[in-house]
Amino acid sequence: MINTGDILETIRMIQEEHLDIRTVTMGISLLDCAADNADRSCEKIYEKITRLAGRLVEVCEQISKEYGIPIINKRIALTPIAMVAAASGGDPVQYALTIDKACEELGIDFAGGYSALVEKGFAAGDERLIKSIPEALAKTKHICSSVNIGSTKTGINMDAVALMGSVIRQAAEKTAGQNCIGAAKLVVFCNAPQDNPFMAGAFHGPGEPDCVINVGVSGPGVVRCALEKIPDGDLTAVADMIKRTAFKITRVGQLVALEAARWLGVPFGIVDLSLAPTPAVGDSVAHILEEMGLEVCGTHGTTAALALLNDAVKKGGAMASSHVGGLSGAFIPVTEDAGMIAAAESGALTIEKLEAMTAVCSVGLDMIVVAGDTSAETLAAIIADEAAIGMVNHKTTAVRLIPAIGKNIGESLNFGGLLGGGPVMKLNSSSPARFIGRGGRIPAPLQSLKN
Amino acid sequence: MRAVISVVGKDMVGILSKVSAICAANNVNIVEVTQSILQEFFCMIMVTDISKCTLPLTELADTMSELGEKEGLCIHVMHEDIFNSMHRI
Repeated sequence: MINTGDILETIRMIQEEHLDIRTVTMGISLLDCAADNADRSCEKIYEKITRLAGRLVEVCEQISKEYGIPIINKRIALTPIAMVAAASGGDPVQYALTIDKACEELGIDFAGGYSALVEKGFAAGDERLIKSIPEALAKTKHICSSVNIGSTKTGINMDAVALMGSVIRQAAEKTAGQNCIGAAKLVVFCNAPQDNPFMAGAFHGPGEPDCVINVGVSGPGVVRCALEKIPDGDLTAVADMIKRTAFKITRVGQLVALEAARWLGVPFGIVDLSLAPTPAVGDSVAHILEEMGLEVCGTHGTTAALALLNDAVKKGGAMASSHVGGLSGAFIPVTEDAGMIAAAESGALTIEKLEAMTAVCSVGLDMIVVAGDTSAETLAAIIADEAAIGMVNHKTTAVRLIPAIGKNIGESLNFGGLLGGGPVMKLNSSSPARFIGRGGRIPAPLQSLKN
Repeated sequence: MRAVISVVGKDMVGILSKVSAICAANNVNIVEVTQSILQEFFCMIMVTDISKCTLPLTELADTMSELGEKEGLCIHVMHEDIFNSMHRI
């Protein structure tokens, strides 16, 4: 028999502590949508997406109602469009417009996969796709883009890093009238996972099955509320409490993933064990760190607290799901987290501390607003730093920076909704231009020689 | 197949009867009821057997939540598997 206390705990987590399923993401391979011209290829893509994801939104809504758990986003992740466009030709933006239309018709929130994997160099179509990213993001509503510029196995493609610095600027410039939203839909990766259900970095890797369901859970509020119960516990007790809570959160993700896969007749892929914050009060990763005993997120001790959190989330979650994947860990997107926004506004959280935190969290420098006049070389150098952390530590790192065109330190940018908003953060003003201008590749580190 | 119906709100006459009337009308068998009143707040949890329910679970959830809105209560119907998943290994 189910225990009344357990029932009330679950209901409280959902009603008061913002427990939700952040996303059910259907991964769809577009490898069989190549054709002898772009028009025909786009027709095949449209047909395949509407066929496979036609019921995605309806099924998620039904599951949400049956189990009483909110499912916030319904998304699709696609084969990197650079591959399809290389095979079928034409302007890559045409593919983006086609996918955007399919999303609009199906009620899908976001489609990831306007992507290129260039960690070792540019294959046919890659450079063209990357250069088209600003236009594609400006002309569409639902498309998200990602580029993998490095990995532990291959090193870092610094030509791609330099190019991405200028692509991020252009993406912001082209959408300057809409809070530079283009740059918020673009992420640059090192060691990109091929089954990540979270945006903007979701894409459907070439090693994935034809169609698959991946689920991303959320629940920073639940973890913070659990820690509130042990204000005097030592850090072993804190880690145990996080593990237990992460286990419960992930079990809900596993249930929803299995049900969605069964209802849609598609294989279950992975559950991404992530703590994804939202700007809503009580749904912040920074507040978990503060609950652990830091006066404010960003002070000394933040990296250690985040390392403990990230590890405990994985340990608890790994036991709760049969297949774990994606990014799996705590996210620290500044504009999407009420506690991070407050810490950044007060000056306690700086870009240097955030960079240190990315060495122990699941992603990287995420949703950080920088001054509108930040040079492409500086953006590229930030990407290079972050990629180096990922490359050397065998982990995914990512950069999602938003140059706030026309704005400077002391001003802020507000997107609203899940993306939130935040102050322009101060960067180092010395130039890395000569380093970035050298181009070439940073060789793979010794860590890559494992065979 | 079982579902848990939870009712939270200000205590008033006839809550139990109104919720159980909807259960009866849709062939939902009430297996267990626990209720408590904390200050003036009423909290009831009903474990029900919905295997012979004449409505799909989503519609039963809608009907209950309409009743909740009408009466100023918070009524949720949730498939028992969410509790089993979260609290049972």
